[in-house]
Amino acid sequence: MYQAKVIIKRKKSILDPQGKAAEHGAVLLGFKNITNVRIDKQVEFLVNVSDLETANQEVSEFCVKLLSNPTMEDFEINLEKINEA
Amino acid sequence: MRLKFGVVVFPGSNCDHDSYNVLKHILDQETVYLWHKDTDLQNCDVIILPGGFSYGDYIRTGAVAKLSQIMNSVIDFANKGGIVFGICNGFQILTESGLLPGTLIKNKNLKFVCKDVYVTAVNGDSILTKSLAKKTLMTPIAHGDGNYFTDEETLKSIEKNNQILFKYSSDKGEISETCNPNGSIENIAGLMNKNGNVFGMMPHPERSSDVLLGKTDGLQIFNSLLQNFIN
Repeated sequence: MYQAKVIIKRKKSILDPQGKAAEHGAVLLGFKNITNVRIDKQVEFLVNVSDLETANQEVSEFCVKLLSNPTMEDFEINLEKINEA
Repeated sequence: MRLKFGVVVFPGSNCDHDSYNVLKHILDQETVYLWHKDTDLQNCDVIILPGGFSYGDYIRTGAVAKLSQIMNSVIDFANKGGIVFGICNGFQILTESGLLPGTLIKNKNLKFVCKDVYVTAVNGDSILTKSLAKKTLMTPIAHGDGNYFTDEETLKSIEKNNQILFKYSSDKGEISETCNPNGSIENIAGLMNKNGNVFGMMPHPERSSDVLLGKTDGLQIFNSLLQNFIN
């Protein structure tokens, strides 16, 4: 079994209004060194297969078909093997 | 001749009854509801994907709705040339399902915008806008994710293929950034696919088609569809 953590990132070329709002908040708080705030999504789930290749393939497909929209987002997959008791 | 319209109902649709009311009671067309778990489109001539917040708009607007059973039939129908018209959330579902290019992202100012705006029909070649060429109409918008976005290459191609139908404008039809309520690229408020049979727009013509509501510009869009479908 694998623990999957997928990060869905808005493409760099696309304005991230939520990130901009957070950045504005940082300015209001007096932070002078915080810039380029981007707000991404992280999705966590388990993948009930025994080999990494199949896990990767299935998670990629899930990302392409539902979790991300290729027009505006990229995704990053992290898989960690879980030892079943 | 009367047409048969099918209004799809997803869990979370909230403009389905408005659309049904306009088509059935104001325009006197045969109209049926189509449940999202149905697969049979009941020989409808036109499928309407109404506004709302299908499946709570979780993940992204329209992202789960595109996977519902009825959408397989709608996509088949569209690919065979059937007329599909998505309004607001319906437009978002159409871009998610790949029937229309681009996507709709969060409004530039982060606000949910609910007000009457003006749009100008920039394209007189589609059945949805043939009777409206260069006309400016007042229509309500009500959305948080209506900011139309696409990459440059796709934008060039939709411009080249004359796929843009409506642009946000002033009441005099001037198209400028000050009339853009949500940050949409090129002020795009509505567009169609390359084949000219799938339409999507963020403004709500079904909410401005009844004299009782004090605005009727939206009716012109449905009338254009009816007249030009029959022709």
